[in-house]
Order: sequence, then structure tokens, then C-alpha cells
Amino acid sequence: MSVVTLTVNDELVSAQAGQSLLAVLKELGLEIPTLCHLEGLSERGGCRLCLVEVEGNNKLLPACVTPVQEGMVVTTHSDRLVKYRRMILELLFAERNHVCAVCVMNGRCELQANAASIGMDHVRYDYLSPDLPMDASHDRFVLDHNRCILCTRCVRVCDEIEGAHVWDVMGRGVNSRIIADLNQPWGTSTSCTNCGKCVQVCPTGALHARGATVAEMEKQHDFLRWILDGREKKQWEHNR
Amino acid sequence: MRRTTLQVHESSAKPAGAPKIRLATAWLGGCSGCHMSFLDLDERLIELAEVAELVYSPIADIKEFPENVDVCLVEGAVANVDHVKLAQEIRARSKVVVSFGDCAVTGNVTSLRNRLGVDDLLNQVYQNGPGSVPRGEGDEVVPRLIERVLPLHQVIQVDAFIPGCPPDPERIWAAVSALLRGEPVVLSADMRRFG
Repeated sequence: MSVVTLTVNDELVSAQAGQSLLAVLKELGLEIPTLCHLEGLSERGGCRLCLVEVEGNNKLLPACVTPVQEGMVVTTHSDRLVKYRRMILELLFAERNHVCAVCVMNGRCELQANAASIGMDHVRYDYLSPDLPMDASHDRFVLDHNRCILCTRCVRVCDEIEGAHVWDVMGRGVNSRIIADLNQPWGTSTSCTNCGKCVQVCPTGALHARGATVAEMEKQHDFLRWILDGREKKQWEHNR
Repeated sequence: MRRTTLQVHESSAKPAGAPKIRLATAWLGGCSGCHMSFLDLDERLIELAEVAELVYSPIADIKEFPENVDVCLVEGAVANVDHVKLAQEIRARSKVVVSFGDCAVTGNVTSLRNRLGVDDLLNQVYQNGPGSVPRGEGDEVVPRLIERVLPLHQVIQVDAFIPGCPPDPERIWAAVSALLRGEPVVLSADMRRFG
């Protein structure tokens, strides 16, 4: 595989052609905030937290869906980028009812953690406080639209890893909703295999185990690596 | 904890005659958990009392919000007309106003009612619920609820934020001790987390 050379924050860096910019930035040990990205799933470029500046382009580019290119000049932490990342997080908090204190994922939520690390100590926008339902029709799991940030990790893991494609997205913009099958209660879905992969990859409290209460939910992503190493490298044993 | 306890210690370290910082704490629409956490400063309350005088607080029996307050910590979201009035008095009479805890910062649990209109809310809780409680709109004895619960910074200008439900004493101390030194509140990432 051919090698390309690019400049990241004034330093020359080598990468493999075809790699995503985000993968290279992570290899360099740079802390780039992400929410929709999850290693092992396809990239979506939806949350926009990994936006970077690329010289010669006046638009900010999401690093997860930007392939590295020869001679690329990248900035990852300018004042402008930090400002936009904070705005994105504030808008996510304002859009639905993310009340951390009474959430099953309090203390382990990726949205909450990103807000703290980026310095978002309050939200400048009006909270929309939408009247959203919870779907508690499944025997083992609950979908709480109040906490959903529409990252579509659940949609992708169900389609790409489990192969069931129970989840999809209905509607547009602020009215978008995650739906099961043909927009029916999750518990009545005939395609759901009850595997729980969607629950494990969900970055917030939107998908959680039935019966979990405040700050009780823990999630594990490790299974993605095990499954993919097995499928792709025929490596079925893992040291836990 | 009584106000007298906070004022018992006269500092030997502080130069004689140096005026104490006029500190206030207020309680709007919240559960008082932030004030409980404030009291969990424990021995640090003595240190605090050496440099600050508590001039208004729900833990002190003072009726009117005083003039010339240096720092005011405000717990709770703005949920009714009394909260709006007190918030405006606080702003007018304080140099530094701090949103103290998640309800003041985000609306938090207090704002969970925002998905319902005020009439829906009162009907569901009182008119259709057990017992009958007067709404108090005519006599203003029970303050009228405002249409939407608001974080403090959407009602008055706020100078610093202490997130947390409640903020633990370490966060409170980090913020308060900075303010007492006249420095801006800069909390580390682990002290900024909501919830």
C-alpha cells in the first residue's frame, strides 16, 4: 500500500493511502472528540465533532469521512474548531431531554464526557424540551428517544454486524426518529434477534437494559473487535 | 448548620480590619441538595468563615436579599414568579453571580415539566390527582408557575457555572476558593461533568 505524507498541526506525518484522516489523527495520539464514529462500524460523518481545518478548503471537514491525501495540511485544535465543537454539543443537549442526573448512563455517557472534556459548562441555546416517548415493549431492552442523538450506531451495528437491520431512521431534521422495522413497537419486531448489540454500542442512555436505573448502565464495545477479528483474520481467541 | 457557626472564627491570618467578602447563597427551584453539598465542605467552612461573611442564605434567617453582595451562589432553576423576582434582585445587588448545580445551569430535574403546559401540569397533579390544592393564582400566596422552567442564565447574566447534581464539595471548593481570591472559576474536566 502506498504511503502519503501530510502535515498535521505543523508536523510532517506519514500515512497509508486510503486511511481516514481520523484514523491517522488517533494514531498520532491526538484527542479528537467523536460520537457517531465507532471502530468496527462504517463511518457516517453525522455528529460533526471530529471537524478539522484543511488548508485550501474553507469548509470544515469531518475527519472520519475524509481520506488522507498527499500534501494535505491539517489543523485539529484551532480556536474556531473548539468553538464549533462546543456549539455542536450544546445543540445536541438543547435538542432533546438529556437530563444527566436522572439518566441510566450518568457517569458513563459519551455525550456527557465529551461536554466535560471540551469545556461545555452550560448551553447557550433554548432547550426544545420535546415531548418524546419511550419504547419499553421489548422484553430485555428499552429505547428512550429523549436521550437519542441520532448517531445511528445502532442502525449500523444491527445491519453490518448482526445482519438483521431492525433499526432505521424516519423523518427529517429535528423530527428524525430511530424506528424498529416498519415503525412499530420494538417488542413486536419480527426481525430483532434480541442480541443487544445496539444497546452496547449506543453512546448515551437512549438504548439500555430493561430495569436499569440512574447511573446503573454499563456498556462494552469489545465484542465488535472480537467478531471482526474472527471474520476478517480468522482469529477467534482473545485475551480478555 | 447555623449562620453563627459560619461567623464564629475571626481570622488570625487575615490583616486586622480587612473587610470580609460578602457571600450569599440562594435557593430557587431545586431540591436543596447543592446546599447540602455546600455544608459538606466540613472544616473548610471554618476557613471560609475567616474570609467571608454569609449575608444571605436559606441556612440563615435573613428575609431580604441585601445590597453590595460580592459573590452569590444560586441553586435551582427559575420555575415561578418569585424565582424571577429574586433572580433579578440577586443580579442587581451582586458583583458575581454563580449558577450553582445542574438545576441552575441546565434546568435539570426541575425542567422535566417543560414537556407539559402549566395548565396540563396543574390539572394532572392537583385537579385530577388525589386531594385538592389551591392554585394560589388569585392571592399570590403560592407563587405562579412560569410557562417554562429556565436555567438561570436565560433569566439574568451569570458569571460562572458549577455543574453537578449536586456538585461535590471538591468542585464547590475549587470554584468558591477561586472566587474568594478574585480569580475566574476554571474547573478541570472531571469537575465540569453534568449529573
